[in-house]
Amino acid sequence: MAKLNELCLHEARDGLKNKSFSSRELITDHIDMMESSRSLNAFITETPEIALKSADSSDEKISKNTNGPLEGLPIGVKDMFCTKGVLTTASSKMLSNFIPPYESTVTNNLWDNGAILLGKLNNDEFAMGSSNETSFYGPVINPWIKNNDKSPLVPGGSSGGSAASVAAHIGVGSLGTDTGGSIRQPAAFTGSVGLKPTYGRCSRWGIIAFASSLDQAGPITRNVKDNSILLESMCSHDLKDTTSSSKEIPNFEKAVGKSIKGLKVGIPLEFIQDGMSDEILKMWENGKEWLKKSGAEIVDVSLPHTKYALPCYYIIAPAEASSNLARYDGVRFGHSVSSDDINNMYELTRSDGFGEEVKRRIMMGTYVLSSGYYDAYYLKAQKVRSLISNDYNEVFNKVDVLLTPSTPNSAFAINEKYDDPLSMYLNDVFTVPANLAGLPAISVPSSKDKNGLPLGLQLIGKPFDEETLYSFANIIEESSSFESIDNKWWLQK
Amino acid sequence: MSNLLKGKTGDWEIVIGIEIHAQIISQSKLFSGSSTLFGSEHNTQVSFVDAGMPGMLPVINSVCIEQAVKTGLGLNAKINNFSIFDRKNYFYPDLPQGYQISQFEQPIVGNGEIMIDLDGNTIKKVRIERLHLEQDAGKSLHDQHPSYSYVDLNRSGIALMEIVSMPDMSSAEEAQAYIKKVRNIMKYLQTCDGNMDEGSLRADINVSVRKPGNELGIRCEIKNVNSIKFIGQAIEYEAKRQIDIIEDGKVIKQQTRLFDPKKGQTRAMRSKEEAHDYRYFPDPDLLPLVFTDEFVESIRKTLPELPDLKKQRFVDEYGLSPYDAGLLVSEKDTADYFEIAATGSNSKLVCNWIAGELFSFLNKENKRIDESPVTPVNLGKLINLIDNGTITGRIAKDIFEMMFKSGDDPMTIVDSNNMRQVSDEGEIEKIVDLIITSNPDQVKALEIKPNLMGWFVGQVMKETQGKANPKAVNEILIKKLIIKD
Repeated sequence: MAKLNELCLHEARDGLKNKSFSSRELITDHIDMMESSRSLNAFITETPEIALKSADSSDEKISKNTNGPLEGLPIGVKDMFCTKGVLTTASSKMLSNFIPPYESTVTNNLWDNGAILLGKLNNDEFAMGSSNETSFYGPVINPWIKNNDKSPLVPGGSSGGSAASVAAHIGVGSLGTDTGGSIRQPAAFTGSVGLKPTYGRCSRWGIIAFASSLDQAGPITRNVKDNSILLESMCSHDLKDTTSSSKEIPNFEKAVGKSIKGLKVGIPLEFIQDGMSDEILKMWENGKEWLKKSGAEIVDVSLPHTKYALPCYYIIAPAEASSNLARYDGVRFGHSVSSDDINNMYELTRSDGFGEEVKRRIMMGTYVLSSGYYDAYYLKAQKVRSLISNDYNEVFNKVDVLLTPSTPNSAFAINEKYDDPLSMYLNDVFTVPANLAGLPAISVPSSKDKNGLPLGLQLIGKPFDEETLYSFANIIEESSSFESIDNKWWLQK
Repeated sequence: MSNLLKGKTGDWEIVIGIEIHAQIISQSKLFSGSSTLFGSEHNTQVSFVDAGMPGMLPVINSVCIEQAVKTGLGLNAKINNFSIFDRKNYFYPDLPQGYQISQFEQPIVGNGEIMIDLDGNTIKKVRIERLHLEQDAGKSLHDQHPSYSYVDLNRSGIALMEIVSMPDMSSAEEAQAYIKKVRNIMKYLQTCDGNMDEGSLRADINVSVRKPGNELGIRCEIKNVNSIKFIGQAIEYEAKRQIDIIEDGKVIKQQTRLFDPKKGQTRAMRSKEEAHDYRYFPDPDLLPLVFTDEFVESIRKTLPELPDLKKQRFVDEYGLSPYDAGLLVSEKDTADYFEIAATGSNSKLVCNWIAGELFSFLNKENKRIDESPVTPVNLGKLINLIDNGTITGRIAKDIFEMMFKSGDDPMTIVDSNNMRQVSDEGEIEKIVDLIITSNPDQVKALEIKPNLMGWFVGQVMKETQGKANPKAVNEILIKKLIIKD
C-alpha cells in the first residue's frame, strides 16, 4: 500500500471520515517522511510527540462524529506564526530561544478545526528574502531538481520550507505568509498552489510582523481544492487585529469547479518585461488559451504604475520592518548579548542576532523614514501605492480577474543570486503589486521549463473575491495536467 | 499688567508654553486590556501587547477616545473626526516596542482656548494648540540592584493626553494658573485625576526670554517638573539663567533641561544636536481613527457644568463675590461640597466656614475635602443653628471641632453637651451681678479704661462656657456699668 502521506488534503480528509485509516496512521507516515527528508532542511522544529498525541484525540473525535473540518490532518506551519509552547524563531538567531506563551489566531483556528501541527517550517529570516537562503538555520533545498543537473536549487522564499514540505509530501498543506510574494513565488518554484488572501482576510495576531500593512497569511497545498479548504479554516474576524475584516467567510471549496463562462480575464500589458524568456511568454499564452476555452473572455488591460511597484515596495516594506523589528533589543526575550552599557548592549545584541539581509532592510527602512528623507522616499512611496491601488480599482471595473506569470523565472541554484540583492529583489516583480493593493492572488502550477522545473501562473482578484480566483485556478490546474514530483531523490534510507 | 523682569540691560519678557501629559481615567490601557491600577506590584499589569512581544497588535480602547474628545470639548477645542496614530521610534529599555504610539500630524483635537484666573480678579486667555493621544512608557528602576537597572512595565501602554499650549504665558504665576485650570477642567470632566504625586499629570515647560516686542528667543524645554510649586521655581530660575547668558553676550543653546527640586535649578539634559530623529510614520497596525459628528455631540451632551460657568452661577444664584465663587469652583469637590451645604442654609456663611474653619482643619490633618469628617449636610445644619440663634458663633467653633473629630450631627453635640445659647436676660443678669460684686477693682478701673469692657464680656462668656447670647451680654453690661441704672 502506498504511504498515506501521498494523499492530498481532501483525499486524506475523506479517508479519515470514511475510517479507511486512522489519523495516527496518517500522522505516522507523515512523521516518517519528515524524518527521512531532513536533507531538505524544511523544518526548524519537528513536533512528532504533539502530532501523535493530537492524532489520538482526533481519532477519538472521528469515532464520536465530533470531528472538525480538518480533523486529524497534518499541517506544517511557517516559523513566523507564534505557536504556544513550541519554539518560534522567525528563522533568526534573534529568536532562536523564543517559546511563545500564546498561539496565533490563524493556527488557533486550524487546531480548533481539528488540524494537527507537524512542525515549524524554515523560512527566510523574518520573512525577508526570495530564496530561503537568509535563514539562520540554513537554506531549504527545493525537492525539484533539473533533469540534467543535480545541483541543489532554492525553493523560493520566504515561505521556502512551507512550499518545499508540501511539494515533498510532508504534511497535506502548510501555512505561509506573503508580504511581497513570499507564498506565491515559492509555490511557483515548487509546483505547489499558494494563495495570498485579501489583506484583512486572515488575522495577523500572533504572526511575527515583517511589514504590517502588507503581511498576510495564506495556505500552500498540492492542489486548488485543498487550498480552498485550508483557507476557509484559517479565516476569521479577529477583534485582536483591527485590520482584520468582518466580511463573511464564504465556502471557498464550492467555488472550485464553478464555471468561468462569460467572465473577463485582464492581461496587464505592463507585466510584459524586457528580456522575458520565451518559456514564460509561452506559459502565459497557454494560460490564456485554457481560460478562453473554458468560456472566459481575454481582455488586454493597462496598469500604468506597475513599473513603480517594486521600488515602492522596497521603501514601504523596509520602513515598516525597521520599526517592527525595534522590539528585538535583548531586554525582555530572545537573543541577548550583555554589556555594562545599554547602548552597547543594543548594538551587540542586534549586530549578532540579525543576519545580513535583515540588517540591510533595517538600514534602508531607517534611512527612508529619517528626517529630511521621509518626504522624498516614504511619503512619495505611499502616494505611489495609492496610484497603484487606483490602477487596480479601475481595471476591476472592466475585468473579473488578472492573469500574469507568478515569477520571471523558475527556481535558481543555491548561492546563484545570494550576493546580488537587486537581482534577488527582481524575483518579486510580478507578486508585489497585489500586496501593495491588498488584493488576493494565487499561484498555480502551469507547466515545466526546459529543465523540467515547475512554472506558475498568477491570478489576481478583486478584494475579498478569493472564490473567483479558485474557480479560475481550478481551470488552469485541470488544463495543465501538471504532474507532481515522482523522483524523491532526497530521501535518506 | 506687566510681568517684565529687570535685567542689567533693561526689561525682559518671559515667554512660556506648556505641554501637559495627562493620564486618562480609564480601567484599561490605550491599546490593551491591562489594568491601569496605580501602585500594583511591579510588572503585574502587563499584557503581551504592553511587553512588545512578537506578533502582538494594539487595539484601541474606545473609552480613551471618548475621554480625549470630552477633554477637547472642555478646552473649547476643535474635535478632529479623522485622526492618525503614528509611531515615534526610539530605543529605551522602558519602551518595549521600540516605538511609542502617538499622534503626530493629525491629532484627535485641534485648536482651543481656556481662561485662566489670576490674583482673584484678572482673567487671561491661553490658546491650546492641540491635544493628542499617546501611550505611556514603562519605568526604569535604578535603585533595585547595585549594578543592574530594572524595568517596570505596569505603566507601559497607559493612555495619556498630551495637551500643548501656545506660548501665551509670561510669568510663573500664569503658568501655574494655566496648569491648575487645565487640571481643574479635567477633574470636572473626570478625564484625569490630576494627581501630580502619582505622575498622572506631568508637565514640560518651554521657556524663552526676549526684549518686549522682539522676535521669540531660543527656548529651552524643562522636563521633570512634578509640582505646581516647582513649576514656578523652575520658570523663575530658567528665565534668570537665560537673561544672564544673553546679557553676558552669549547665546542660548536650544536644550532639553531637567529641573532639580533639591537645588531649585535646571540643568542641561541634551542639546538639539543630540535630539533623537524619531522617524514618525503612521502606525500600519492601526486604521485611521474616524468618528461622526453625532458621536461628538453625544459626548457634548454628557459634559458637566465646567468651572467658568459654575463660578458665574455661584455669583448669580448664591450672591457670592466673584472672588469667593472662584475659590469654591477651583476644586470640583469644594464646589460640590458647597452646593450641598448651602442647600437651605445661609450661602455666604457656608462659604466663609468652608474657606475658614474647614480648610484650616483639613490642612492640619492633611485631608482632602471629600474625606472631611464634617459632611456638607452637617455643616449646613451647624450654620442654621447659628443663624436661628440656637448656638452662639463662638460655641459653633467648638462644636465644629467636635464634629471634625467625631463626625457627629451638630444638634446631637449641642444637646448632649448643653451648648444652647443662653438668651434669658434674667439668667445673664444674675451672672453679671455676680461678676460686678466680686470684682470691685475692675469696676473702678473701667472708669479710666473704657476698653476694659471686653474683660467683663469675657468673664460672662467664661462663666456661661460661651453660651450667652453676646448681644444680650453687651446690653446688660452697658446698662449695669455705664448707664448704672
